[in-house]
Amino acid sequence: MLYISTKYQIIRKDFPFYLGKTAHGGLWVQIKNLPGHLPKESPSHVFLQEIMKWNGWGYSDSRFLFNKKGQAEFTGKRYIIIGMIIPGLKDWFECTFGASLQHKTPATPLLNSSAVQPPTLNEAFVEELKSTGIPFSQDAEDRVFRAHGHCLHEIFALREGKFGRVPDMVVWPNCHNDVVKIVELASKHNVCLIPYGGGTSVSSALECPPEETRSIVSLDTSQMNRILWVDEKNLTAHVEAGIVGQDLERLLNESGYCTGHEPDSMEFSSLGGWVATRASGMKKNIYGNIEDLVVHIKMVTPQGVIEKSCQGPRMSTGPDIHHFIMGSEGTLGVVTEVTMKIRPMPEYQKYGSVVFPNFEQGVACLREVARQRCAPASIRLMDNEQFKFGHALKPQVSSIFTSFLDGLKKFYITKFKGFDPNRLCVATLLFEGDREKVLQHEKQVYDIAAKFGGLAAGEDNGQRGYMLTFVIAYLRDLGMDYYVIGESFETSVPWDRVLDICRNVKARIVRECKERGVQFPPLSTCRVTQTYDAGACVYFYFAFNYRGLSDPVHVYEQVEHAAREEILANGGSLSHHHGVGKLRKEWMRETVSNVGMGMLKSVKDYVDPNNIFGNRNLL
Amino acid sequence: MASKAVYSQRDPMLKKRDDFEDILEERRNSSDLRYALRCYAPVVYKGLCPSKAGTLKSMVLQSDQLHYVIHQVCRETGRAVDDVQEEASSILEEMAHRLQLSTVRFFAFTLSKVFKTLFRSICVNEEGIQRLQQVIQEHPVVLLPSHRSYMDFLLMSYLLYTYDLALPVIAAGMDFMGMKFVGEMLRMSGAFFIRRSFGGDKLYWAVFSEYVKTMLKNGFAPVEFFLEGTRSRTSKSLTPKLGLLNIVMDPFFKGEVFDVSLVPVSISYERILEESLYARELLGVPKPKESTSGLIKARKVLSEDYGSIHVYFGQPVSVRSLAEGRVNRCQFNLIPRHIPKKPSEDIHSFVNDSAYRLVRAQEENMVLKPWVLLASLLLQNQVSGQKRGIALDELTEQAVWLRDLSRQYGAFLHWPEHTPPSEVVSSSLSLHRGLVRISEGRVQLALDKAAPGEPRSAVTPEEELLSQAVIILSCASYRNQALHVFLRPALLASAIHTASSNKKQEVFNSFSFLRNMFSNEFILCPGATVQDFEEACYLLVKTGALQVTQQEVLVTERGHRTLVFLTSMLDPFLQGYQVVCRFLCEEATEALTEKQFIPAVRKFIIKHLLAGRLRYTEVLSSDLQKNSLAALLRLGAVRKIKGAEQGTLKVNTVMVNSLEDTLGGKLPTQKAVIARL
Repeated sequence: MLYISTKYQIIRKDFPFYLGKTAHGGLWVQIKNLPGHLPKESPSHVFLQEIMKWNGWGYSDSRFLFNKKGQAEFTGKRYIIIGMIIPGLKDWFECTFGASLQHKTPATPLLNSSAVQPPTLNEAFVEELKSTGIPFSQDAEDRVFRAHGHCLHEIFALREGKFGRVPDMVVWPNCHNDVVKIVELASKHNVCLIPYGGGTSVSSALECPPEETRSIVSLDTSQMNRILWVDEKNLTAHVEAGIVGQDLERLLNESGYCTGHEPDSMEFSSLGGWVATRASGMKKNIYGNIEDLVVHIKMVTPQGVIEKSCQGPRMSTGPDIHHFIMGSEGTLGVVTEVTMKIRPMPEYQKYGSVVFPNFEQGVACLREVARQRCAPASIRLMDNEQFKFGHALKPQVSSIFTSFLDGLKKFYITKFKGFDPNRLCVATLLFEGDREKVLQHEKQVYDIAAKFGGLAAGEDNGQRGYMLTFVIAYLRDLGMDYYVIGESFETSVPWDRVLDICRNVKARIVRECKERGVQFPPLSTCRVTQTYDAGACVYFYFAFNYRGLSDPVHVYEQVEHAAREEILANGGSLSHHHGVGKLRKEWMRETVSNVGMGMLKSVKDYVDPNNIFGNRNLL
Repeated sequence: MASKAVYSQRDPMLKKRDDFEDILEERRNSSDLRYALRCYAPVVYKGLCPSKAGTLKSMVLQSDQLHYVIHQVCRETGRAVDDVQEEASSILEEMAHRLQLSTVRFFAFTLSKVFKTLFRSICVNEEGIQRLQQVIQEHPVVLLPSHRSYMDFLLMSYLLYTYDLALPVIAAGMDFMGMKFVGEMLRMSGAFFIRRSFGGDKLYWAVFSEYVKTMLKNGFAPVEFFLEGTRSRTSKSLTPKLGLLNIVMDPFFKGEVFDVSLVPVSISYERILEESLYARELLGVPKPKESTSGLIKARKVLSEDYGSIHVYFGQPVSVRSLAEGRVNRCQFNLIPRHIPKKPSEDIHSFVNDSAYRLVRAQEENMVLKPWVLLASLLLQNQVSGQKRGIALDELTEQAVWLRDLSRQYGAFLHWPEHTPPSEVVSSSLSLHRGLVRISEGRVQLALDKAAPGEPRSAVTPEEELLSQAVIILSCASYRNQALHVFLRPALLASAIHTASSNKKQEVFNSFSFLRNMFSNEFILCPGATVQDFEEACYLLVKTGALQVTQQEVLVTERGHRTLVFLTSMLDPFLQGYQVVCRFLCEEATEALTEKQFIPAVRKFIIKHLLAGRLRYTEVLSSDLQKNSLAALLRLGAVRKIKGAEQGTLKVNTVMVNSLEDTLGGKLPTQKAVIARL
């Protein structure tokens, strides 16, 4: 087995993301100055939006661009970049999409406040709110910022400076009691509330329903970001729901703990959002998904506060009321406080990767790993297109020796082992735990991989694979500068369907693009990102060059719609963790049956008869 | 009934068809040996996992599907797993093909020789070949040729070899296996063998369906089978069999492949090798068991001229597009896909509709030769009782009239453009000189077979009748090639004839009744009554034979000739169904079984023919008799009793009687409709 060993190192000592170079030329992302966390005494409530893009992903100063030489670079001070050039990206970009750096589609640089509809205000509500002293704003920029998630059509419209219905005002409660007051006032004055956490939704969940005639108030939970207590005896922490993932993790790390919940959006997404959408984290194999992590939830609804009376680890007390809350997508109330499991920080972490001759073998290996229940903290399998994508993001190598080694590896795999570079695929791995066990575990997994023709391919490839996850959203913005639009979507599917669904959905995307007049072949790629006993989570990336199309977003939506139909026809679920929102609600009924729909509706009717939480998601 | 706007899109004249290329031309000018040994490197399916015939077998035997069924059989019968496994393995052994390039090369060589002696030309639409080459790379392909002759599947493989396309694996009936050596040769040229009936045998079905699916899914080779299930002895398309079509569509329904391309192929023979063989078979002279020695005896056919063959590779049909909006694939989400399940109602009706559409596609691309028109005219002339036949120039005039009419109806007619019609007619007649007699400038069917000088008394009237029937049925088989062109207008013409008034609604009822009655006889897509009616109206109106108003359907002055021709086309069938009805009413005893039905009805018909009470000798065709029984069973006028005697027929005399009367126009359709239809 080829295994180019590297010096073991804990990369995530501080916090995972740092875009820089490791000893072997690997690329990683780390956040240096953690921005989301501000001193509690900060009077400002708009700090996050000041340092974030209003019409793209992430921080304003952080973005990919092609420099004058046509080489890709990443800007900003927030992510460390040590003289990083990504030489392969331009060629990959041009070849994959038929795009050209000559053809630009820049975004509208400044937010034009006059293009925003003036707010519809409920004067009585505003008056009473004033008397509570809870901060609020009717500023256009504040409102636009909270009127969208990150669906393609949302970002595309913003880049063109177009705004639809936006919230009429924004409120910033500071604690649970503030939320109780706001919800009471909203109920009293019949105002529509839309809870807002990190704004990373990709299901149109944050879009204001255009048919809503009442005043819409965006309830921003970002000021409720404290860890209220940590219970080391029971390993739980009680946290306000507005806290952002990276802050929660960093603050817990300071006292030697972590939650281990790391969704790809964790830089920006909030605890309350995770609960409301049934989020899933990369390391769920060790720590579990959000439903495994929460012990207690407090939510404010128009009927009052819902919570359990104790923190017992499991109860047989009828249907679990947490499951009405998790996945309610802001239609029932606002999650204000959550008790979560915490774990001691892992002693040791190690990345890894395995190259398989083809995707089929890779899936077979993942299935076997799941069967033996020995999945590492994370195991992901990228298909060939995504492997190439990842490859294109490889930074320039510094030494002749590294480039020589790379060449040798490539030679070994393609020539000596006979892997077809157009078929091979790669699995990335992350092991976590105490050192001894990690090494043992690693061997077990590599042994299984070997049975399926897998060759260990080093830590760097593994790291780079995970990096793709974090920079993909920034890359989409780069694509949108050059006529390329795209997005990802996900599903979960039984093991025996994995290969079929991957092939069919990818093929459907290609076919639909062709039929809808897309002039260039699209990027249609997938990866298996989570393994379960009975199935897997599959992620699709889909992007195309829209030159020559008059309404690219419409075409995009039609293709995505077709792709979702294909997923459902192949036994995939409507969503694994992105949620339903408004984007996918047309399929809810067939997904949960008529009776299921009725159950959910009756809960909504009881909890919120006047539709105060009127974002109209889900149902 | 829909509006007239629909018409414009369905104008058959607008049908665009490809040109043909004669592949024998090259064979006549270059070495067959070199051709047989040339480099063969076909394009393959992009998702192909290359596998040998051997690995294919083990894939089948190790499949989840088969595993499941083997264990199921064990549980039900108490047999040991090994034992059942063994049986599955031997079923597969008996079934599987052993495609070998060397055998194909052998066939390429010998068939070149044979084809060159038998046929003037073998014409292929090369654009169709190019389309096929495209789809072979993209999706698993299923080839669906029409089936008129034993020749068909050798011819198909020969063509694909010629065009450097992937050689198909072909579903063949087990009866071929009887021909020891030939069976094995066919096996090595890609045939796999299936038993004719294996109704309840779960294990057999599992092995068979898994074998076909495995080949299809892996893109091992195009799968070829005959939708009609067997060779059509009458040259009419047979109503499609759904078993194999179900199997090849299944991987798509279950998401195991992205799509499957179905390619209808129309093979038309100017003269069918089995011409009189078929006629005899239809008349009850049992078909000789396929045997190698029989085939050698058939050598004398080599000395005859069989004209040309036209092979048209139709537009590939994507199962995915067909199923769009019709099949909910989610129905397979809740049960593991390897557990065999009876197709649901919607799948069944989808497969059935698709099968009809595909057979229609085959029909539409069948090339018709002038002789087909002549045969139709001669048959009608013979019945009208003109003992001396028809004058050659009159026949020519009628043929030209019919040529124009059929073209307007969208027929794919190959009538030599730059040859005077009289020459076209006489050369057609001379190719079929076994069936026609020309004397003193008059043409008639060669019914008086008896060689001059032979004493007539040696032949009984029954024998004479049967020998005449051979000629008539042979001739009818050529007329039948054109039936699909005239069918819908003919049904309308007959409906007008039988309907009690000119009211459009009444004509439609009558049309609908006839269409329903004949849906085992002809290819009539299920549920398309209204479309068919509109199409028929459209064609007859377009050609000036009919005026259709809101309420009425009126035959025009000049339409008379057309309508007479059309009704005469359908008449033998009408009479056939009537006489079967009459037989069932008059002669069917309590103990009549399905097996005895054909001989009994034949006896009844012969009696009536000899007594001169029937016009059409054609009604002796067992095909027609079987179809009419099937129709009566379908309509519930006759029931099969499952009990002591296998398949005893129970006749509902009242209903059969009323059907007979309605067929003859004695009863208005409305009543019959109420009666049961």
